[in-house]
Amino acid sequence: MGETIQIDRIRCDGHGLCAELLPELITLDDWGYPIIAAAAIPPSLVDHARRAVDACPVLALRLASMTAVMQKR
Amino acid sequence: MELIRPTPGAETLAAHQQRLGPLPAVGSGELIAELEASGLLGRGGAGFPVGRKWRAVAERSSGNAVVLANGAEGEPLSLKDRSLMASRPHLVIDGALLAARAVGANDIIFYVGGEHRAADAALRHALAERPADPRGRARIVAAPAGYVSGEESAAVHFVDAGDARPTTTPPRPFERGVGGRPTLVQNVESLALAALIARRGHAWYRGLGHDGARGIGLLTVSGAVNRAGVHEVAFGSTLSDAAAAAGGLNDDVRAVLLGGYFGGWADMDEQWGLPLDASSLRARGLALGCGVVHFLPAESCGVEATARIMTYLASQSARQCGPCVFGLAAIADATRRLAARSPQAGDLERIVRWSGELTGRGACRHPDGAVALLQSALQVFADDFAGHQRRRCLTVAARERVAVA
Amino acid sequence: MSDTILWYATRGAGVVSLVLLTGVVVLGIVSAMRWQTASWPRFLTTGLHRNLALATLVFLALHIVTAVVDPFTALGWQAALIPFSSSYRRLWLGLGVVAIYLLAAIVVSSLLRPLFGHSAWRAIHWLTYLMWPIAVIHGIGTGTDPRFAWMLGIEAVCIGSVVAAVAWRVSGVSHTAWRQVPAASPRARKWS
Repeated sequence: MGETIQIDRIRCDGHGLCAELLPELITLDDWGYPIIAAAAIPPSLVDHARRAVDACPVLALRLASMTAVMQKR
Repeated sequence: MELIRPTPGAETLAAHQQRLGPLPAVGSGELIAELEASGLLGRGGAGFPVGRKWRAVAERSSGNAVVLANGAEGEPLSLKDRSLMASRPHLVIDGALLAARAVGANDIIFYVGGEHRAADAALRHALAERPADPRGRARIVAAPAGYVSGEESAAVHFVDAGDARPTTTPPRPFERGVGGRPTLVQNVESLALAALIARRGHAWYRGLGHDGARGIGLLTVSGAVNRAGVHEVAFGSTLSDAAAAAGGLNDDVRAVLLGGYFGGWADMDEQWGLPLDASSLRARGLALGCGVVHFLPAESCGVEATARIMTYLASQSARQCGPCVFGLAAIADATRRLAARSPQAGDLERIVRWSGELTGRGACRHPDGAVALLQSALQVFADDFAGHQRRRCLTVAARERVAVA
Repeated sequence: MSDTILWYATRGAGVVSLVLLTGVVVLGIVSAMRWQTASWPRFLTTGLHRNLALATLVFLALHIVTAVVDPFTALGWQAALIPFSSSYRRLWLGLGVVAIYLLAAIVVSSLLRPLFGHSAWRAIHWLTYLMWPIAVIHGIGTGTDPRFAWMLGIEAVCIGSVVAAVAWRVSGVSHTAWRQVPAASPRARKWS
């Protein structure tokens, strides 16, 4: 189906590198914390998404398959 | 009165057994089926179907599940859980025992708000009255005071590690809870009702209630009523019935807060005849939640009331997630400025924008609930908020008009 | 002669390693301080930090290999692998070996960060504040040449920049202080 970005909200410290590396899907709120589009990542952005996930200094992000995420809900 | 005794004091084991008979020997699968058929919804605030929850835990249990009876009752306006535990503790214990049998649990934890002394004492005494078998498998854990201590992952976290802060989910407690085991976190009122349904069947429960609504439940009625307190109602009763049960109104009412701080405001002009049942409320974007019904007197300003609630909710953040800590603080500050009629330019716009950005951005639903309350206030008190941004309070103006006339 | 070339290679690679390592440490601190401008984003700092660290490894490899095979020093691999086991400048060389092991731990845990997890990675990464001074002392102590001005100059700049960066870090405000409930607040006792 596709992949989406999952975030551990407790771990996130608002560094903001994710928004720098994937501005199409991640923006920062007034306090520097990410607002992440919940939709599936377009194939053209998957590499950038992976880089954004790896760049997080506190490992708060991960890529998860959409089907797994939907099942949890 | 099924859930609360008409007189104060806890019901003894003897009286309980005389009134209701012994705990039925119904099997696990049968009991879960009865609950599913009854349509019983959880009473902790989320309103999740009880039978479905028990089934989810039972499916994952290998006999090692845990039952956590949630009597933390951190919602400030709610009194029903402590009243139930203080009045009919054996009904709650019965519910927990049946749940343990149904989901395959050998451990029962009663998570009781530490400040609810009467409830704690009644439960301890009631457990001591029980024979060694259930007593040995059960213990009471005092929940720390605080709004989010009763959140299900917070409850599990406290039992495991002494830290009543919510944790990141998934996995949810029904998958991995106390000690990594499947855990049923269920509100004490839900357990009490399950204990009654186990004895009398799903048809009995469905038959209660008015006009197509099913079942009974506890409401905590407060505000502009003569006899604020906990009242048992049949669902389908209207808001006016709830007010009548609480001794009637003692003032004009502008709005009612349904479901406590985790719920939302409803405009009294529109909702007076509103039936209190899950589907009617949901159709209007409302929910009964934990059963709080608070009537706001007409002379109280909705903006001020909302500012006080938002300040409280911001202070109750577990301080684990940036959006919650900063977002709720900023919203509370701006709402307080609005309430004091000294807003900064754009304060109203800002709280509307922020409230659109916070949902789903915390580890738990605390910011979601706070934002939902704010959004209901912005809708019900729209004119008041607009007035306050222009430094005018409609409520004060109305009061002054009455005084002059 | 080739011996001299090896000797210069060792010394040269050592100096370059020190300069690169100093850059890595400073960039690490800049990253922790969350410094950025409109044209210098955070990921540039972290990317440079990582790439310079890997470049340092290349020059360190050159430094170690040329030192070991150099017949003048008669070191042998044992001296490079076991700290304080060389006959030549036992203490100062030994410190270099210690620094290499610390750096190896830091690099491996960073390359395999998802495996180590954030807490373990962070704990090992703090060893940098031990590793870098040891590397500097190793460099100063193993030097046999007269103290050339340019060598002293390079050392001064390296030490100065790390000291300045650390002072900046120590004086900076914490970006995660908001997580603490003030100890005096009654709520501090409410979570447990």
